Amino acid sequence: MTKPTLNIGVTGLNAIDSPGPGVPVIRALKEATSFNVRIIGLAYESLEPGIYMHNLVDKSYMIPYPTEGTDALLSRLEYIHSCEKLDVIIPNFDAELYSFMKLEKKLLAMDIHMFLPTFEQFEERHKVNLSDFGKKYGIDVPFGKAISDPHDLRDLEDEFDYPVMIKGKWYDAYVAHNIEQARSYFSKITAKWGYPVVVQKFVQGTEYNVIGLGDGKGNMLAAVPMRKQFITDKGKAWAGISIEDKKLIALTEKFISSTKWRGAFELELMKTSDNIYYLMEINPRIPAWVYLAVGVGQNIPEALVHLALGNDVAPLPAYDVGKLFIRYSYDLIVDRSEFENLSVNGEL
Amino acid sequence: MRMNQNIAISETGFLFNPSTGESFTLNPVGLKLISYYKEGLNDDEIISRMQEEYQVEEREISRDLLDFKNVLKHYLLVDNND
Repeated sequence: MTKPTLNIGVTGLNAIDSPGPGVPVIRALKEATSFNVRIIGLAYESLEPGIYMHNLVDKSYMIPYPTEGTDALLSRLEYIHSCEKLDVIIPNFDAELYSFMKLEKKLLAMDIHMFLPTFEQFEERHKVNLSDFGKKYGIDVPFGKAISDPHDLRDLEDEFDYPVMIKGKWYDAYVAHNIEQARSYFSKITAKWGYPVVVQKFVQGTEYNVIGLGDGKGNMLAAVPMRKQFITDKGKAWAGISIEDKKLIALTEKFISSTKWRGAFELELMKTSDNIYYLMEINPRIPAWVYLAVGVGQNIPEALVHLALGNDVAPLPAYDVGKLFIRYSYDLIVDRSEFENLSVNGEL
Repeated sequence: MRMNQNIAISETGFLFNPSTGESFTLNPVGLKLISYYKEGLNDDEIISRMQEEYQVEEREISRDLLDFKNVLKHYLLVDNND
């Protein structure tokens, strides 16, 4: 039987020290056994390296930032669709998800499929609301509060002991050891990511992450837990190892069944010295280390595409324990004309 | 003393705990002690074997064995009941 060829749009092609998940998602899709792919890269910046990886990305288009509004994004996607006939889009950034969720029905009417969390799921797991989320679902989360005024930091001293985590709405997190540092990080984060800022109790421990996939009906289709082996100064895993921990899998199942999570996600957890897992964050999209899941036997992006297309997906097979991913950087040599084409025409 | 069931130990002394993702390197003596435990020897039997092999006083071996067991317990590598 011949495999269908799907045109799949993928965002998150950047690869800084906090890399986007786009390139590993594309690697996973290229290795899919149930379909062939033509990859359409969707980029925000002309220097996102995925654009120039012609072995992985067949064609790339610039798309407008979420701040330009969903009309601008829709208009651009309509143009791209007219050229490429997109079957599926996999958005990979937290900050763009809201726009794509808003456009989900319109894109579906154009026969472009996605499989995203619902608005309710997206909002209630947001780090701004994580404390309430933990209470609602009986999951241990560190106490946290969202603030929009730096003066509130002083008031919070009754509720928090230093050090505390100061976190941006979308990205970035810093450990503040005193009020001066907290104020400084507050300013740094709001300048970049806006308001509010989340102040969260600092939890000492070892970092674990889980990548998973929910079918939207409460069933867990995939889950791979990973221990971070090497962490950058941005807190990103530069190496990690797949592990087998029944507690983590049970926690992930609980998360999926109680929220009826729809789509891929990442749980960020901290394990304390008394072996308690605290859920630090829930990222509502595929994480950048997704290729470890593929490498240990669970091609989550492939399954996600089937869910988007409305196909039945069975739980993925058991994964291999004790396999590592080790990230590296790689310099692409690119002719100026390619950069020029993309910059001038918005596509390459 | 029993090692946790799923702990993987290679002949080179590399020990991997799949539940936590932690890995350790055992020196030759540590590897030997683990192999004795895997044979089912108790502490007294291990001490006597080590005495034969290394010609060290019993007291010293007992102390080192206790230290080693505490390290294994600390890293959750042995059954809690032991």
